[in-house]
Amino acid sequence: MIDRPRPGSGALASAAANVRLWFAPQRIHEEGETPDYRFTLANERTFLAWLRTSLALVGGGFAVDQFLPHISRPLRLTLALVLLVGGALCAVRAVNQWVRCERAMRRGEDLPISRFPTVLALLLAVLSAVLVLAVAFGWAG
Amino acid sequence: MTAGARDGYERDPGLQPERTRMAWRRTTLSCAVAGVLAARQALRGGPDPLAVLVVALIALVFLAFLGAANRRIHALATARPPALSTRAALATAACTLALAALGAGLLR
Repeated sequence: MIDRPRPGSGALASAAANVRLWFAPQRIHEEGETPDYRFTLANERTFLAWLRTSLALVGGGFAVDQFLPHISRPLRLTLALVLLVGGALCAVRAVNQWVRCERAMRRGEDLPISRFPTVLALLLAVLSAVLVLAVAFGWAG
Repeated sequence: MTAGARDGYERDPGLQPERTRMAWRRTTLSCAVAGVLAARQALRGGPDPLAVLVVALIALVFLAFLGAANRRIHALATARPPALSTRAALATAACTLALAALGAGLLR
């Protein structure tokens, strides 16, 4: 229950605290004890994996717009925008989760849990289904 | 790797610094792919001045990413590397956000 966002002002306050930590890195390093460097490197690689996911989504947005000229324009633009916005959200979330994990490790707390991977996977499943249908049935504009 | 001997530390049998450096390389490569797709998007209507400006911006974003990654890769070339700085994390995320924003502006 320590780090789980609570509804209402509690969640807002904890989000604001996280954003302040983004811009004041020395405050992370003041808290708690320095964990084994291998754990911080693992956290860094997880951050990088999320950043690659984010870049892949952004690249996918470009690809949908460039390589699917035969589907209708509104559908194409919607798919591309959803992918680009998803990529942007993923990048912001990557930094936030990295900061939260770093802090939790220094304080010796449990790592933060998150619904984000589930939500992202479901969104991608829906997007892929729409893309397959659009290409298969050639929803021309 | 001779870094372990140089620093007087045992090398990590799990090769964590090495793996982290390669993760940075992979991520830089992903950024290059996204950047190339973005540049292709910008140049679809021919090389007019605005498109060239956008391509130059994309190149700057990629160079910023490459710079941040290279600094980190150099910092990781020790047996006990320091933790990633928040500034580097924010810089790489900001580059990704910039590419997404440029892409949204290039949709047509």
